Amino acid sequence: MKRVYLDNNATTPCDPRVVQAMLPYFTEKFGNAASRSHPFGWEAEEAVDYAREQIAALIHADPKEIIFTSGATESDNLAIKGVYDMYRSKGNHIITVTTEHKAVLDTCKHLEEKGAEITYLKVNDKGLIDLTELEATIKPTTILVSVMWANNETGVIQPIKEIGAICAKHGILFMSDATQAVGKIDVNPREMGVHLMAFSGHKMYGPKGVGALYVSRKNPRVKVTAQMDGGGHERGMRSGTLNVTGIVGLGKAAELARLEMKSDMERIVKLRDRLENTLANSLEEVYINGDPNHRMPHVTNMSFKHVEGEGLMMTFNQNMALSSGSACTSASLEPSYVLVALGLGDDLAHSSLRFSLGRFTTDEDIDIAIKSIQDGVNHMRSLSPIWEMYKEGIDLTQVSWSAH
Amino acid sequence: MAYSEKVLDHFHHPKNVGTLDKSKKNVGTGLVGAPECGDVMRLQIEVDQASGTITDAKFKTFGCGSAIASSSLATEWLKGKSIDDALKIDNMDIVEELALPPVKIHCSVLAEDAIKAAIKDYQEKNSIAVPAEAATV
Repeated sequence: MKRVYLDNNATTPCDPRVVQAMLPYFTEKFGNAASRSHPFGWEAEEAVDYAREQIAALIHADPKEIIFTSGATESDNLAIKGVYDMYRSKGNHIITVTTEHKAVLDTCKHLEEKGAEITYLKVNDKGLIDLTELEATIKPTTILVSVMWANNETGVIQPIKEIGAICAKHGILFMSDATQAVGKIDVNPREMGVHLMAFSGHKMYGPKGVGALYVSRKNPRVKVTAQMDGGGHERGMRSGTLNVTGIVGLGKAAELARLEMKSDMERIVKLRDRLENTLANSLEEVYINGDPNHRMPHVTNMSFKHVEGEGLMMTFNQNMALSSGSACTSASLEPSYVLVALGLGDDLAHSSLRFSLGRFTTDEDIDIAIKSIQDGVNHMRSLSPIWEMYKEGIDLTQVSWSAH
Repeated sequence: MAYSEKVLDHFHHPKNVGTLDKSKKNVGTGLVGAPECGDVMRLQIEVDQASGTITDAKFKTFGCGSAIASSSLATEWLKGKSIDDALKIDNMDIVEELALPPVKIHCSVLAEDAIKAAIKDYQEKNSIAVPAEAATV
């Protein structure tokens, strides 16, 4: 049976054209980009420079503003810790959001232990921050605002330009984790007033293990303190032999994204809308999570009430991949903190599925997904005591449950 | 996480799904868990009052695959058992039978709670003295 992959926010397959571009750099052109004294090093350095240009072109930046890392988690760490270390004398206050990725939240927690003061902004029921609240939170000691471009679970896009303007007005650095946005929609950090921006290869049809941090070089010229000591690569900001094959792959992925993302997304958004509308119209008690008007075109996060997400996925997970906001697969019993932050009850968070489509998603995939979800939800509801109670007209909020 | 064959079998072919008439005197109903915890089990038993034997058992469960498998297995084990033997079913027996991993042990605990709650409901309806063991549930 055909396997359907709708978990592109977790990772994307490498585009075969990316793999082709990478292959020579494993074997023939294996040089160390830092070897300045022979052609092996020169051709590796040339490849890295070319990739830097490809990536800069995608995000409308200067190639010198691209720092290569091992991925978005490292980029987030480098940006936040690097700014904190570099600008500590100016202040210790950082503002972020409760729905950020753990790579940002855990980095902030780490800094809290080292004396940073962190404000975690709440989001509204659509997943968006309140700009007035952001501005009111700024104080003389604020050195950084870190708000993600698009959320990994809901696809909700924050008002980046407005946040950038507030940060500029107050002379504060603005960092954005754009892992889910770069290569999918047009991302222009300079125009949006973003000074540092993290992203990753494997979310945009490139390889795993490579990512980048955009660091603004003018107006303002931003510096971050290196978080690893070594050979002083990447202009002293990130030591370590460059992952030339990975960087070549990221560069090629960026070039393909620049050329194809518009047509890709025009096609994908239609598939996403068909999936979402068909499910919402054919099943009862379906909820769409996150602001439908400020959302990535390839993502939908839906709750199917009175059905538990992991159980639902088990009805089809032999042949279809997606994610659930139910935390039943993890050691904790807490459902997705992102959905809970939107004010969803824990019951709806447990009932959620995230569909993330991609470049290789087909019409047939969506047909299979619709049928699988419809069958799965109907099956699980036939097993669900709370669906039966709901159908009998019992107010579930009035039942005295034995929470465990 | 991969599921054991037995969990998959109970999940795809659950035994004894359904609803017994809870207004009947010889039917005991146990409803445990909470929607916000991601698990709700309703387990019902029908008892032959002359012999004290469980003649039928039904369940409905909102939860993950392991929760559904645990309750399905519990209903299978209950049928034909005396109330006293049913009270001896331990959650670790379910863990062993279904090869549940540590993160899923709470599913088996919930199934044991559901059994005890159903028996308690039956006994209270019929004014049978509840043994201390079950009363603590």
